[in-house]
Amino acid sequence: MRDFSYLRASTLDEARQAVLQAGASILAGGTTLIDLAKCGVAEPETVVDISHLEGLSGIEVTPQSVTIGALSRMSDVADHSGIQAEMPAVSESLLLAASAQLRNMATIGGNVMQRTRCPYFRDPGTFPACNKRNPGSGCSALGGITRNHAVLGTSEHCLASNPGDLAVALVAFDAVVDLGSRRVPFDEFFLLPGDTPDRETVLQPGEMIIGLSIPKSAAAKNSTYLKVRDRQSYEFAAASAAVGLELEDDGRTVRDIRVGLGGVATKPWRARAVEQALIGKVLDDATIKAASLLAMEGAVAQSDNTYKIDLVPRVVARAIETVSTDKSGGLA
Amino acid sequence: MTIMPPRKHGDASDGMVGGRLTRFEGSLKLTGAATYALEYPIDNLAHAALVQSTIAAGRVVSVDVTRALASPGVLMVLTPEDDLGLRVSADWQGNRPEDKPYHPLPREVQFNGQSIAAVIAESREQATEAAKLVVVTYEETSPVMSIDDPAAGEGKLMDNLTIGWGDAEAALAASPVRIESEYSTPREYHCAMEPHGLTAKWDGDELTIWEPSQWSHGMARMYAEWFAMDYEKVRIISPYIGGGFGSKGQPLAYGAVAVAAARKLGRPVQLAVTRPQNFTSYGGRAATRQTIALGASEDGVLQAIVHRGRTETSVYMDYPEQTGAATPILYKVENFSSQSRVVPVNTVTPGALRGPGKNPSAYGIESAMEELAYKLDMDPLELRLKNYADHDYQSGKPWSTRMLREALTQGAAAFGWEKRSQQPRSMRDGKTLIGWGIGCGTFPVIRAPSEAMIRVLANGRVEVVSGSIDMGQGTYTILAQTAAEALGVPVSQVDVLLGDSRMPGSSIAGGSMLAGSITGAVHKAAIAARDELIGLALNETGSPFRDTGANTLSLVGGRIEASRGGGPSLSLQELMQALGRDELEIRRNTLAENAQTPDDQKQAWTTMSKVQGPTSGDLSMHSWAAHFVEVRIDEDFGTIRVSRMVSAFDCGRLYNPKLVESQWKGGIIMGIGQALLEEGVVDPRNGRTINSNMADYLVPTNADIPDIEVISVGVPDLDASTLGGKGVGEVGIVGVAPAIANAVFHATGKRIRDLPITLEKLM
Repeated sequence: MRDFSYLRASTLDEARQAVLQAGASILAGGTTLIDLAKCGVAEPETVVDISHLEGLSGIEVTPQSVTIGALSRMSDVADHSGIQAEMPAVSESLLLAASAQLRNMATIGGNVMQRTRCPYFRDPGTFPACNKRNPGSGCSALGGITRNHAVLGTSEHCLASNPGDLAVALVAFDAVVDLGSRRVPFDEFFLLPGDTPDRETVLQPGEMIIGLSIPKSAAAKNSTYLKVRDRQSYEFAAASAAVGLELEDDGRTVRDIRVGLGGVATKPWRARAVEQALIGKVLDDATIKAASLLAMEGAVAQSDNTYKIDLVPRVVARAIETVSTDKSGGLA
Repeated sequence: MTIMPPRKHGDASDGMVGGRLTRFEGSLKLTGAATYALEYPIDNLAHAALVQSTIAAGRVVSVDVTRALASPGVLMVLTPEDDLGLRVSADWQGNRPEDKPYHPLPREVQFNGQSIAAVIAESREQATEAAKLVVVTYEETSPVMSIDDPAAGEGKLMDNLTIGWGDAEAALAASPVRIESEYSTPREYHCAMEPHGLTAKWDGDELTIWEPSQWSHGMARMYAEWFAMDYEKVRIISPYIGGGFGSKGQPLAYGAVAVAAARKLGRPVQLAVTRPQNFTSYGGRAATRQTIALGASEDGVLQAIVHRGRTETSVYMDYPEQTGAATPILYKVENFSSQSRVVPVNTVTPGALRGPGKNPSAYGIESAMEELAYKLDMDPLELRLKNYADHDYQSGKPWSTRMLREALTQGAAAFGWEKRSQQPRSMRDGKTLIGWGIGCGTFPVIRAPSEAMIRVLANGRVEVVSGSIDMGQGTYTILAQTAAEALGVPVSQVDVLLGDSRMPGSSIAGGSMLAGSITGAVHKAAIAARDELIGLALNETGSPFRDTGANTLSLVGGRIEASRGGGPSLSLQELMQALGRDELEIRRNTLAENAQTPDDQKQAWTTMSKVQGPTSGDLSMHSWAAHFVEVRIDEDFGTIRVSRMVSAFDCGRLYNPKLVESQWKGGIIMGIGQALLEEGVVDPRNGRTINSNMADYLVPTNADIPDIEVISVGVPDLDASTLGGKGVGEVGIVGVAPAIANAVFHATGKRIRDLPITLEKLM
């Protein structure tokens, strides 16, 4: 048995101090940590339990934003009426994630920090090469089975896709990650793998997610999360999109649109090219279709995931249609 | 410690054979009161963890166990260096061609994920962690990764699976309408909720093994042979099993390792096979490839079927997944040819998985028939009815019972098939394409002898005792119903004890043969017990019936009284007291009268040598199914959801319709998984199964399953079994996958010939 020390932090500062130690891992809901420990990826020296810390689990809706404490449970956030009203895509992304049992345990901070489902990352005994686990060791996914790997944001060092659902909504609606001492825009919180795929976020030693803040917007209020997968429940996305739309007063012209992508990129992906192509435009089928194709700008497919190149624009287009149809009862 | 408290019934209101009694061990399972193999509290238990190979082919050159041995709590490390002293066991038929050593931790690596070492420690966690510290050095050789590997070749022709009559090639060539296609299925896995594992304990030269088992006697025999000991000295205990689906019918290498470790260590050893290890510790369903050519007249009368099958096997054993099993018996055809090959690749030997053979076979022929229907522009239902087999064209024998026509017509009526439009892509709801499909299924009636004991206790309770097992299919419940009816007592008065190789012998719970076999034995024993009770009541001193002048008594509703009425009326308890008996024990078996020697009996309970196939007599006996499926497909995304299913079955008489319907639906749900989700994904570079967990190997969730309507069209078939039932467990899945593939074609116009039908195949 690998022994590890277990520290039940009594304050946030104590927890921060503790995670400064090499080999320290934070334990909140445990759904990711225990899973990764079982498959031999996580081998913490110290487990710092923050699950009981006060003041980190609230959900607050203010006139400007929604703030969510890092220890809020996925299910509590999904079921929150203020979030359902102000940003349905956030609630939907959570309800379409994991299983009911996992959502009851997993925390929002842990959900943001979940690791990739790349099977090569998760099987260190058989595939020692993984730049994410062991920098410089190589990438076993290259030349392997890549059906579920990323087509956006990849590098020759890593193809692992970010598995998050909530994260897709967060990147679309400009969430801010609260680290206590500083606040980081969600889109900047995650790093591209480049030649350091082991570094996934901007978190510095001793830092941890305290909470999230999601600014209210008309686009967030009129939003949806569309997740496409073979299995109806409890499967990671083949492709997903969080889309929010605000129209001009004419009810036809796009004032603001947000497009986040999941299941296809190495980090929660913001499809800004799609957004730019639609702002100021009147939505019709052809416009939506043409703009949605831009979601795949820069995409690089492997042998098994070329379908994503075709799938993603269709998912984006459908999600845009959904939010535009809901508003006006039909496309302009 | 009470190993197996008798399971007691609750409600007795609806209990006789044919009653819809609820599974009476169900509440124990739901409340956690049912004890599974790894849950027995055993003193001084040590724990074993397996080390599995990470290459597909080669040789273990050395195993460095230094760090593992130094790890906390580690007691022992077993490697290919250790001679565990085992001998090979005989096969399922009981044949042992040569007596040679058996190495469950072999030096030769034959597939990725093969167990090659084991660490035994004080705790499972210590063993698991130390197992990671075992360093194996290999000498790699060139593997064959899969049936599609060019190095795999065409495989070996299995002569015993060649079937033919008429002149199929010539008739095909002469047919005005022909189709030919290849159909593929991937490696599929059982994924029983309870993973494999065991606890082994030696007491002197006696061995007790707690292990989930579909065949307590057969497994005891094989363990005994491995360890060169008397069969009687091995005891398998398996009262509850969390699903088997064909995977728990024989002991496996890890079992030999745990038992050997326990002997070496002088302590009981428990071994839990982890979920990922379950994907390579025993075989799932083999990957299959079939080419099927059909020839027909212009009005849709089949002229010829030519079938060629290839299936994966391992490099060390030929396991044929019989893709030609259903092909010859579903339709009337005068010219038929089928050949089957096994293709050795570096995988664990595949095994039986629900509906073995018949399942992929039906996928092939039922897909091909639908392709023919479209080629003819004929309703697929009409084509099937037009080519209805009036008898078994393979054996030439009449059917015992075959209500497949009724299954097709009643299923179609319940489904509303007449509202279907023939053209593909002609039914839609916005962006959702809708398609309907049919698939027929079959599974043979396999008969085997069994034994059972009925015990009447002084308190009037009746015990049914059998070493057969209940893995969720309902053995406890139907045996109580069978005994209650035959004896004439309420079901609430009957207790059932199962799952112990020391108990009376039984057939394997596989091939859908157990229910027909064991109800026959219980029925026979219960009738004998009733006759014995009546005989004693009429003749024994102390019985109030002795001097009544009655020459016959009846036992009804738990009371024994004169058949003509009047006179005493006693409960079983009162009768036992009057007779001064503590217990009455009656044991009966269904072996032939001239095959009752101890050897005959041991063979019957521990091998397959007394098993009879569906055409061993004058008749051809099978269960039948017709599945009707509606799918809804997002035309942009290619995502498929089964939205409606109606399945009609002929399984003869149903001993307990509630449990049968549950089994049928379970099979159908597995079929939905097979059609749309399930596939063992193998890395082409090292043969590793990379989705060996329940998040990545997809089986259906509740959200994937629509309302399923099941209909019974069967009639009692007294040639098939004592009580008139045919098998129900396997046939439920057979024909589901082609029905779905056919519905997908109807919805989209795309014929997907390789399972599973995932979204990218439709995009």
